[in-house]
Amino acid sequence: MTVSDFTPNEMMTIAASRALSNDDVCFVGIGAPSAACNVARLTHAPDITLIYESGTIGTAPEVLPLSIGDGELCETALTTVPVPEMFRYWLQGGRISIGFLGAAQLDRFGNLNTTVIGDYQKPKVRLPGGGGAPEIATSCGEIFLTMKQAPRGFVDKLDFYTSFGHGDGGDHRQRLGLTTKGPTLLITDLAVWKPDPETKEFTVVSMHRGVTRQMVQETCGWPVRFSDKVDETPAPTELELTTLRDLQRRTELAHGSKKGN
Amino acid sequence: MAKFQSLREAVAENLRDGDTVAFEGFTHLIPHAAAHEAIRQGRKDLTLIRMTPDIIYDQMIGMGLAKKVVFSFAGNPGVGLLRRMRDAIENSWPRSIEILEHSHSAMANAYAAGAAGLPCAIFRGYVGSDLPKVNPDIKSIICPFTGEKLAAIPAHRPDVAFIHAQKASRRGDILIEGIVGVQKEVVLAARRAVVTVEEIVDDFNDLHPNLCVLPHWAVTSVVHVQGGAHPSYTHGYYARDNAAYLDWDKVSADRALFTEWMQKNVLDVGPEVFAARVEGL
Repeated sequence: MTVSDFTPNEMMTIAASRALSNDDVCFVGIGAPSAACNVARLTHAPDITLIYESGTIGTAPEVLPLSIGDGELCETALTTVPVPEMFRYWLQGGRISIGFLGAAQLDRFGNLNTTVIGDYQKPKVRLPGGGGAPEIATSCGEIFLTMKQAPRGFVDKLDFYTSFGHGDGGDHRQRLGLTTKGPTLLITDLAVWKPDPETKEFTVVSMHRGVTRQMVQETCGWPVRFSDKVDETPAPTELELTTLRDLQRRTELAHGSKKGN
Repeated sequence: MAKFQSLREAVAENLRDGDTVAFEGFTHLIPHAAAHEAIRQGRKDLTLIRMTPDIIYDQMIGMGLAKKVVFSFAGNPGVGLLRRMRDAIENSWPRSIEILEHSHSAMANAYAAGAAGLPCAIFRGYVGSDLPKVNPDIKSIICPFTGEKLAAIPAHRPDVAFIHAQKASRRGDILIEGIVGVQKEVVLAARRAVVTVEEIVDDFNDLHPNLCVLPHWAVTSVVHVQGGAHPSYTHGYYARDNAAYLDWDKVSADRALFTEWMQKNVLDVGPEVFAARVEGL
């Protein structure tokens, strides 16, 4: 593969990494957010503070962790604090500027469901649950979301509100007494979305190279709003792509099957 | 005052049918050997508390030990869903279970409140979430000074806590290093605490003064089980056995395969098998 030949997933991770800066203190969700945060750290934001909910502050893993509590996160961190301290002093205390989350289901206002598909008492699919997300979503200065687009993930109506985004839109957050910004950015494998300043509905502001409006709409369960001016997301640079691929290669080598029963 | 015991004695003395119990470990130091002993002793009607129920609670639920699970994230970490827990929730196999679902922040606060001897935990949480609609334990309280509405939930006060740790001294003091999770809070919140350790050393005289140490008089029972956290990891001793986590996804997908696996790897063996399981990790 060359620089001109990149996958939608690579574009998603790289576009997400660009949203982070050196001065950010970022609470990192596992999966796609974790890859994006570490690409940022390994390219344009070497001094970014990455925090995982296991209590590791200022971690700099050589490979992507399998879970939020890998030993590598602790070994490379500035310090590791107990989990109650992480949630009480650092998150609830307002020390974290950005929360970077993924989800199973998301709606147009950036509300997230990671609890259940179908009825709570009689679930179609029982998902793992909220974990740290309900309070990350309300206590971090702002929230970035990253997730692949698909009709069953981008839904008109969530089955369960695990973590609050902009609720029904408008000033819903302020009405609940929240003073943090909530979701301000959504990066998918097809596009970059930002909330409308008034309604807070996510609106497409740029599409990745080769993506059409129809592709964005077909993978989304509500009528998509496009910004007046939709840009093309700048393609990955050689440095970004090489950094991501190297990171993924190191990760695969490190986590390859070791033992088992 | 900590007693040094065999795992069999420690579980028999400290875990009773109907108990509320927490086997804690935040992806690190998960007390697998202790959970397997509870399964071998066939404890019933347990209320299981855990922030991150993973393989051990999937096994305990699948073997019918649990009547209720209190949790905030139930998954096979880095792999997927918990299939035995889902089967119990969705199909009542091998029995129906109740679930009481929280967020991590709530669970961590509830352990800290339990350790602090308080009846409830108060924190800023659950704003806009549906979790309070499905969990009757999530209530709110008004701050008497500012008028702010805050979340309130009962403190966790388990009858017994089980954790794994790196070291015990000969006196029974416990050293925990790396990702410490809620290991200290769960022990101090519980009425009784059983700690399995990798190693027993003479004393802790040369340790850094600020390390996470639980004094022997805060612990009920200390058990030497080398490799006792496998397939999770023990910082400084062995790495996570990722292949075992991937295998579990297959084993737990099928009731018959699960039952056979539990017979062979849990019921027919004892804690001594754990040392060999971590060799080479």
